[in-house]
Amino acid sequence: MKHLLSTGDLDLANSLELLNLSVEMQGVNSRDVKKLPSLTGRTVANLFFEDSTRTRFSFEIAAKRLSADVVNFTAKGSSVSKGESLKDTVLTLEAMGIEALIVRHHHSGAANTIANSYWSNATVINAGDGTHQHPTQALTDALTIRQALKGKEDSGDLSGIKVLIVGDILHSRVARSNIDLLKTLGAYVGLAGPSTLLPSEASSLADAVYHNLDEALLDGFDVVMMLRMQMERMNSVFVPNANEYSTLWGLSSERFSNLKSSTLIMHPGPMNRGLEISSEAADSSQSAIVDQVRNGVSVRMAVLYKLLAQESSAK
Amino acid sequence: MTNKTTLFKNVSLSDGTVTNILVSGQVIEYVGKETKDSVEEFDCSGLIAMSGFVDLHTHLREPGFEQSETILTGSKAAAKGGFTCVHPMANTNPVADNSAVVEQVYALGEAAGYVQVQPIGAVTANLGGKNLADLGKMNASAANVTVFSDDGKCVSDSLVMRRALEYVKAFDGVIAQHAQDPLLTVNAQMNESALSLKLGLTGWPSVAEEAIIARDVLLTHEVGSRLHVCHVSTKGSVDVIRWAKSRGINVTAEVTPHHLILTEDLVSEYNPVFKVNPPLRTSEDVQALRQAVADGTIDIIATDHAPHTPDSKDCEWGEAAFGMIGLESAAAIAKTTLIDTGLIDWKRFEELLAINPAKISKLADQGQPIEAGSPANILFFDPSTSYQVDSHGESKSTNNPYLGMRLSGSVVHTIYKGTFTVKNSMIQEIGTHNDI
Repeated sequence: MKHLLSTGDLDLANSLELLNLSVEMQGVNSRDVKKLPSLTGRTVANLFFEDSTRTRFSFEIAAKRLSADVVNFTAKGSSVSKGESLKDTVLTLEAMGIEALIVRHHHSGAANTIANSYWSNATVINAGDGTHQHPTQALTDALTIRQALKGKEDSGDLSGIKVLIVGDILHSRVARSNIDLLKTLGAYVGLAGPSTLLPSEASSLADAVYHNLDEALLDGFDVVMMLRMQMERMNSVFVPNANEYSTLWGLSSERFSNLKSSTLIMHPGPMNRGLEISSEAADSSQSAIVDQVRNGVSVRMAVLYKLLAQESSAK
Repeated sequence: MTNKTTLFKNVSLSDGTVTNILVSGQVIEYVGKETKDSVEEFDCSGLIAMSGFVDLHTHLREPGFEQSETILTGSKAAAKGGFTCVHPMANTNPVADNSAVVEQVYALGEAAGYVQVQPIGAVTANLGGKNLADLGKMNASAANVTVFSDDGKCVSDSLVMRRALEYVKAFDGVIAQHAQDPLLTVNAQMNESALSLKLGLTGWPSVAEEAIIARDVLLTHEVGSRLHVCHVSTKGSVDVIRWAKSRGINVTAEVTPHHLILTEDLVSEYNPVFKVNPPLRTSEDVQALRQAVADGTIDIIATDHAPHTPDSKDCEWGEAAFGMIGLESAAAIAKTTLIDTGLIDWKRFEELLAINPAKISKLADQGQPIEAGSPANILFFDPSTSYQVDSHGESKSTNNPYLGMRLSGSVVHTIYKGTFTVKNSMIQEIGTHNDI
């Protein structure tokens, strides 16, 4: 395993290994000195072609805690027509001896393109590409679910756990990554959203598809994961308006209060409070939203460690 | 001046007849069993002679995009593929929306001398979709344009499309429509399907093509004009065209070689060589298109040869240009998908690639039967050989989806106006052009 491009590429053994490695990294992160020497002398680049604060920070902290040198490259909206191409950017970093490229890009498949190209020999970690994949977010969510529902030290899969993902499935890389990984881990996955954002083709991806949130919530899901709703979807006629979306698809305080008290509430952030999720749900004791962010650092340490320390020393 | 004579012996025609063909000057002088005296003689046992292929959908990129292709390099690629005529599309820079540009393109084709370069004129000024281009003046020009298309863009405005169809009736022109509802395909990247959902690429739904074709055949019927549908790519489009033909509507349709063989699953690795418009569809669509070719719903095969520079394909999928080259491989792909599968015979093959496109374009000197008195535009095809596709073709560009593939069947000789443009599978140096 040289790259991490999609959770669809992870088999059960790889997935569990990364999750269990993440638990070990949590141990490191709970110490006073949160640092391992594993990647001393290695250089990784954060290559971000799209705005992101939390993911970039999370990767940067993760790499630094493994003692790697980190450089940040930010180029919003770069393209062949507007400036330096992705190819030239990657060739430049390759020439500087970068060993891992952590790529966030507005185009789906950009990380695959770099990994498959002759431009670079570096390890490529997909930090979110267009509406395709965001694999470290899915690993973070899986770890959060496992620890919340099965205990901190559990090292098994997620069989028997029912996860409902709600909202804009069509445009969500978080949803795609989660669906692939949760299925691999044996979870039962339901999807809920308006037909425009949850097209009929999605039925092949999941165990159940709902076009009515209240019906979905009656089916006893252990986890309810709300997706961010982009306001621009209203303008491109996917849904009528924010009020209708909130009314039909939001996790309102009323819907939240009807859930069983063990239901785990998740959101990949950043949240639109009052649109897809109410503050009552987001700030409740059932909410794992802060854990999702916290676990992100440990998971990204695990990914960097596996791809750069383990895999390259195995060569 | 005495004409040079060449005898092609023991060659099969598309109807299976084995015969000899004598070419004298620019015409076919004799077809029959006799062994005529000639200056040069070729034993063509095992080869099939067909009327030179006519491509109704080509991008030669000149003027404006000469880094991708020129009229000379594109003409050579065409000759290599067995073509004696190509129809370059109007989306050049400047756009071929006036008589000056189409006359220049035509003249550059004549100077290159490899094929007849018969320009297609834009339907609307600057491909803008609002005002009609100089349709009548382009028809009356030295280029004698009869086919008009905004290819690359759809004439989506119903009123503009209606007016264009009406207007070209005066000179028996035809509107070749790139059927793509622009509002249904904003930022579309690939076929809309479970795969596009998985890959996170914006889908290009079949209905965006089918809805425009349905509208256009009704408009064509209403005004009594002539419609040609470019690069049909879906099963549903085939159904609409079949229905229109059954109603007597004057519509013809083309399919590209790539839509007869390649499917959307090739997109899975985000390799932009497979990025094309309309997009690669499903195997069900491919089967429906092949059947439509066999039953006559689709009239012609046209390449949509779309050269692009390496840079415009050596990038992320979303930045890459749409299109793939196809002139040199067209005959082999058509043979593999249609002859080898038993769907059609060589007679139909010749209709699809030569006779019918020439009829649609109203060309007098192309698509004529191989018989005494016809212009000597002929190709000799060897169905028994196979070759591996490499990047050393005649086209200036290498955005070739078949690289590394083994294709079956190859063009041995191409004769354009009595002159070898390809002899023994080698491109010949001819014409009055200056090689730079």
